[in-house]
Amino acid sequence: MLSIPKGKLIKRVKKMVLEANFSLDKSVINFLKSGLGKETSALAINVLENILHNADVAQKEDIPLCQDTGVAVFFLEIGNELCFDYSLEDAVNEAVALAYKEGYLRKSIVSHPLRRINTLDNTPSVIHIKLVMGDALAIHFAPKGGGSENMSTLKMMTPASGIEGIKQFVIDTVIAAGGKPCPPIIVGVGIGGNFEKSALLAKEALFRPLEDEAKDPLDSSLEKELLLEINKLNIGPMGLGGNTTCLAVKVNSYPCHIASLPVAVNLQCHSARKSHIILRGESI
Amino acid sequence: MIRLQTPILESTRLKLRAGEELLLTGIIYTARDQAHKNIVEALKNNQELPFEFENQVVYYVGPAPAKPGMPIGACGPTTSYRMDPYSIILMPKGLKIMIGKGDRSDSFIQALKKEKAVYLIAIGGIGALLSKTVKSSTLVAYPELQSEAVYKLEVEDFPCIVAYDSLGNDVFQTSKV
Repeated sequence: MLSIPKGKLIKRVKKMVLEANFSLDKSVINFLKSGLGKETSALAINVLENILHNADVAQKEDIPLCQDTGVAVFFLEIGNELCFDYSLEDAVNEAVALAYKEGYLRKSIVSHPLRRINTLDNTPSVIHIKLVMGDALAIHFAPKGGGSENMSTLKMMTPASGIEGIKQFVIDTVIAAGGKPCPPIIVGVGIGGNFEKSALLAKEALFRPLEDEAKDPLDSSLEKELLLEINKLNIGPMGLGGNTTCLAVKVNSYPCHIASLPVAVNLQCHSARKSHIILRGESI
Repeated sequence: MIRLQTPILESTRLKLRAGEELLLTGIIYTARDQAHKNIVEALKNNQELPFEFENQVVYYVGPAPAKPGMPIGACGPTTSYRMDPYSIILMPKGLKIMIGKGDRSDSFIQALKKEKAVYLIAIGGIGALLSKTVKSSTLVAYPELQSEAVYKLEVEDFPCIVAYDSLGNDVFQTSKV
């Protein structure tokens, strides 16, 4: 039987949580630098330079990139050959609690949305589980900030809305958000499935590498068209005008009902923190 | 770049213009969602406020915890529009200078013009860098709110931009012309 020892899992998850909060992805840094090259306004240049400087300071001094160290969002892809004699979700939450305490990360979770009492350890996390073939456990993590999450939208469109309707909905979402979600943003779009599946698709889209493009040519062309159109809106870094409103658009789609065209738009701030690990099963 | 010492007198405040870049030095107070709710309730019940509003600056922030030996953790601005319903009540009571990020509602802007208040923005998502401008942090009220409590921060050259001046000029519009 193959498994992953609980202690090892907690240690590795804790490490990936800390890394994501202190070090900005190289690809995000490269996209920001490329945006900086396209700006002419002093304000836009000032904002992008500060963002890059911040990434440098955070990494060198182990200070969180942003005080909003987010909801801990995980996607777990569990190989069917693995077997666990402990609760994987509890172990992940244990790792999150340790990382947020030892890393001096902000605890941003309240126990009930209306009572609003802080849980003091940033748990529970939001954990999505997928069963896959194989002997490995892949873990994808993002500390998702509240500012950009609040600007996200979902609409049950109808098939007649078509591609133009989807584009307009995405553009309207980005315009309404303006400078609030900390642009330059990354836009995750989920199309199809049903009500909850579209939201999950949009979130998964944000976990994709910045450089990739959707496998489906229709989704991929939608990504390119939306990116161009969003960057013409002159929202700019922090909403102060400029050409760098959006670093990337990611579209994930899924089959849906003959009556429906669900569309979810999940916004990600420029502090697009993520980490990924793969743990191979060990004989027990 | 304009260097300003806090508290900021009305005569100085009224001269600020949208788009100007400021460096603040002195005391600023933190308050975000739950602290605003508490302050507005305290006002309604004629209870004592965490600090006197006159000429003071409020910063919408929930800092990350300070590492040992540091005054504060990452401390960038949070999105301001969530405070709009509270700010509209607090501005006539004397709270005239606020720091956050992002644009705000029309009703906020109307109240800001009437009260000759100003709204400043700091760059979001650079909390590590902004933490370097904070020299000390003291808990003032609502400790149960954790990062959302009211803290008195002593800052030096804290960078921000005038987003809305007391006439209602709006940097989110003027920067795009």
